Amino acid sequence: MKMVVAIIRPERVEQVMDSLEDAGFVALTVTEVKGRGEQKGIQLQFRGRTVEVDMLEKVKLEVVVEDEEVQRAVDAIIAGARTGKIGDGRVFILPVEKSVRIRTGEVIQ
Amino acid sequence: MWMDSGDTAWLLVSTAMVMLMVPGVGLFYAGMVRRKNAVSMLSLSFIALAAVSVQWVLLGYTLSFGNDVAGFIGDLSAAGLRGVSGDAGSIPSLLFVAFQLTFAAVTLAILSSGVAERIKLSSFMVFGVLWTTLVYDPLAHWVWGGGWLAELGALDFAGGTVVHISSGFSALALAFVIGRRLGYEEHSMTPHSIPMTMLGTALLWFGWFGFNAGSALSAGESAANALLVTNTAAAAGAIAWLVASWLHDKPSGLGMVSGAIAGLVAITPAAGYVDSLSAIAIGAAAGVLCYGAMLFRVSRRWDESLDAWAVHGIGGLWGALATGIFAMESVGGYSGLLYGNVEQFAAQVVASLAAIAYAFGVTLVLAKAVDAVMGLRVTEEEEYVGLDVSQHGERAYA
Repeated sequence: MKMVVAIIRPERVEQVMDSLEDAGFVALTVTEVKGRGEQKGIQLQFRGRTVEVDMLEKVKLEVVVEDEEVQRAVDAIIAGARTGKIGDGRVFILPVEKSVRIRTGEVIQ
Repeated sequence: MWMDSGDTAWLLVSTAMVMLMVPGVGLFYAGMVRRKNAVSMLSLSFIALAAVSVQWVLLGYTLSFGNDVAGFIGDLSAAGLRGVSGDAGSIPSLLFVAFQLTFAAVTLAILSSGVAERIKLSSFMVFGVLWTTLVYDPLAHWVWGGGWLAELGALDFAGGTVVHISSGFSALALAFVIGRRLGYEEHSMTPHSIPMTMLGTALLWFGWFGFNAGSALSAGESAANALLVTNTAAAAGAIAWLVASWLHDKPSGLGMVSGAIAGLVAITPAAGYVDSLSAIAIGAAAGVLCYGAMLFRVSRRWDESLDAWAVHGIGGLWGALATGIFAMESVGGYSGLLYGNVEQFAAQVVASLAAIAYAFGVTLVLAKAVDAVMGLRVTEEEEYVGLDVSQHGERAYA
């Protein structure tokens, strides 16, 4: 199992959730986060000087998928999240050792 | 005429209540925008209050209520409030100046919603002062200052035409000039705080008693009637929009308060001339009509962002016409269409159409002019980051 973590634009959350659902990934966790990428946020010009807005609001999505499904999940996220402009975000893939369903105690390796 | 301390006390309170409507408009609209624009939206209303307050004492009052020039505008005899003293009926002249000032301020605050989330602050300040001078003041003179619509016999008790038709249709013109928000119809732009919008509505509903009942300019039967029909129309409008949205989808809280505002808008010109039963009809019809106008706007893909046109423009138009339909001689001395008075209705039609054409046309030209000189709109990056950070260097929520 892998956890696919995506940091995306807040305004694209609905598109990403729809495209994940279309690809068969329904269960996910969404967190509102702030952060910055390599560009250190966005530069605004103000009275001739540059003002950096370096902490931008983003959304973090977490989806746990089977190993062979990782690429499909990543493609679905990209399809929903891409605008082509700087700041579209990143996807990270993490290993997951096991998952336990609280209601039943069932362990999924 | 002797000044009356009861009338004066009531108008002092009314003025304070209408002043509170201006930040109330700010909260109403701030809740509807995304969180990154909440400070900006509130600021635009406070700017409207501050800028119009100064403009009014220097120029606005005299253009609206100075000696008539050709039925179109007041002269400059009272510029800077020179020589304004003594009484205006049973209240001090200066109190009438202050009371009318708050109306001009709330009108500009409503207008700010048409350019929500993308207007450059400096441009709004320049545009706002010019708009108040070139659009609001002449309209106020036409209707209340002895201008040509007053001569025609058009009725507008508390500003359905002057405040609501003018701000609603001007907001539409302004939205056309500035263009749609970045990502309109592509990104989610859901309201970030419906409770904030409801808080704004609470302040507006409360303040509207000062707005309408204060417009009686006395503390008596006319004010009492205005207060009661105002409350009645707000209630009917709230229920009507709630039910209309229920038939479509879930009954929305935002819809309910929008309906209340629609009812308040529509009763405004009629408040001194109709009874409570007519107010139910006027308010309920306003709720349904304004809801329909909002759906129409969305279908046309107009980004008149927070529905000033649908609620204030169309609500104000309906209210002006409804005044000519439901007016009762026993309430305010005038009868409408229902009681066989076709002329009154015709005067209302002429006044509404004139106000729509003037407000929309002048705003279109003025917005284009300000855009050409200094640009109305922020840059794409500034819009994306949000106006709170880009225009004010602040965040609403740490």
